Amino acid sequence: MSQVAELLPLYNYWITIFLMISGLYIVVARGNMVKKLVGLSLFQTSVYLLYLSPGKILGGTPPIIAEGFEVYSAPLPHVLILTAIVVGVATLALGLALIVRINEAFGTIEEDELFDRDDDDA
Amino acid sequence: MIEHHLPALLVVVPLVAAVVTALIRHGIAAYVTTLVASWTLPVMALMLLGQVLEAGEVSYALGGWAPPVGIEYRVDGANAPLLVLVATMAALVATYAPRSVASEINIGRRGWFYTMFLLCVAGLLGIAITADAFNAFVFLEISSLATYVLIALGRDRRALLAAYQYLILGTIGATLYVVGVGLIFVMTGSLNMGDVAARLTGIENTRPIFAALAFITVGISLKLALFPLHVWLPNAYAFAPSMATAFLASTATKVAVYLLLRFLFSLFGTDFVFVQHPITPILLALSLAAMFAASFVAVFQDDIKRMLAYSSVAQIGYITLGVALATQTGLTGAMVHVLNHALIKGALFLAVGCIVYRTGVFRIDQLAGIGRTMPVTMAAFVIAGLGLIGVPGTVGFVSKWYLVAAALEEGWWWLALAIVASSLIAVVYVGRIVEIAWFREPSSRVRAGKRLPIEMIAVTWVMAGATIYFGLDAEFTAGLAGRAADTLLAGLAGPG
Repeated sequence: MSQVAELLPLYNYWITIFLMISGLYIVVARGNMVKKLVGLSLFQTSVYLLYLSPGKILGGTPPIIAEGFEVYSAPLPHVLILTAIVVGVATLALGLALIVRINEAFGTIEEDELFDRDDDDA
Repeated sequence: MIEHHLPALLVVVPLVAAVVTALIRHGIAAYVTTLVASWTLPVMALMLLGQVLEAGEVSYALGGWAPPVGIEYRVDGANAPLLVLVATMAALVATYAPRSVASEINIGRRGWFYTMFLLCVAGLLGIAITADAFNAFVFLEISSLATYVLIALGRDRRALLAAYQYLILGTIGATLYVVGVGLIFVMTGSLNMGDVAARLTGIENTRPIFAALAFITVGISLKLALFPLHVWLPNAYAFAPSMATAFLASTATKVAVYLLLRFLFSLFGTDFVFVQHPITPILLALSLAAMFAASFVAVFQDDIKRMLAYSSVAQIGYITLGVALATQTGLTGAMVHVLNHALIKGALFLAVGCIVYRTGVFRIDQLAGIGRTMPVTMAAFVIAGLGLIGVPGTVGFVSKWYLVAAALEEGWWWLALAIVASSLIAVVYVGRIVEIAWFREPSSRVRAGKRLPIEMIAVTWVMAGATIYFGLDAEFTAGLAGRAADTLLAGLAGPG
């Protein structure tokens, strides 16, 4: 019981870990290329939470200097994750563009079907 | 005044040039922009190297914000040689490129191809120069996204699959890296590498830091194609356009190796990583597996580019072997092999690019007699191939000399034996090409073909010549590598 009490306040990390593992699982387990990208996106998104949640301080204000407010949330993680979101969007867009091209070239986006056609030269 | 801003310019020039080529889009104008921008890079990198050799290290506060608050670019003994390598390779490959690219890429896409090449160069230089852990992630993704596109522009439709596979694995690697950086940030509140190194003392043995070490090591290992995380590499190299393969094979994995070294030695510290945690046996086992398994697989490839790609995986094994020993000699061996393998693989892939330009042949069995119809190119190929084996008088021998010396220093004679034995497998796959190329009657496919442009053959020979030159006079490269090893082992000072 005491262990549960110890771990419960860290629920934000448990959510992060859950999202991370499920994202990675989808990437590994799914043969459909679009679904794989969804998993990859989930995997990346979980990292945003990992950065953002320690930045929030209970009772803290937004990081704007004003009289009477001493405790504020860390601004740096937000800025970092803004960059990481851009990277994630770019990766997703490029991945989807590649899938469109693969569908044009091979006529399928299922991995097991692709491996059958992989060997004959284009 | 301008030399004060060299660290920033080294990254900004290719980045701006990439935007310019994207706006021009016209093939030839984009190429000229690329060529001019690429040739400024080795000049700047060599000036920086000069400053480092003189002053010890160069620190640059980006945008005037003093580190650790602002992003710091820091050039010291460990990354200056790497900057020179990447910059020089970019310039040489850009010189080699125009007609090779014209023969392999549709006219409408050539401008974009050069844009991606410049973005990739900017990203790689950025990873090498930055002293900010998160900034390194951003540059890692810039170079990776550009690389995926470069690979996807290959002629074969399987290039698309290779690019997709690399995108998935590369993104997983980069994300694992950024998880590790996040854990470090939570524990230390800093992202500046020197600052982090200072703040880590005392809290090393906490679970988040141990997790960060694991995440970062695995994440970067995916990027540098450490066996068995190399599955993306053979297809990516095999189906990318020739010029892209030559550039990526000689720089991309090397920059990832540098990033790993920076974290293991400068950030976490040699003592924490190699004495308190069993990184040495793990890296050593994986390196040996790479050296033997990947070399062995290379012997049975029927595509020449894929054969060289598997050989790259094996050569990365030699580099990580030096890293695993974590001694001055071992690290010198690793760093010198980073430089030497870049020269060797650059020369080999450029020679293959010449063959593909003239004959369009990838398959090894169709290369019969190519040594007689293209003697100049194949001579360069064989010289670089000898370097791969490690014949005395070539750069490969210098690398292996240091690695064997490092193994014997530890008293591990079996390791020295393994290094020599694995080199013998290289004799088999290089020898196979030599046999097919020179001792068989030329087939009709290799007889026909266009005349080879002078710049392609010239750049190939510059690279092949360099593998001999730095093999005979190893003082310059080994000196730089030794200096890099000293810098890494000394750890990182706080932001200056």
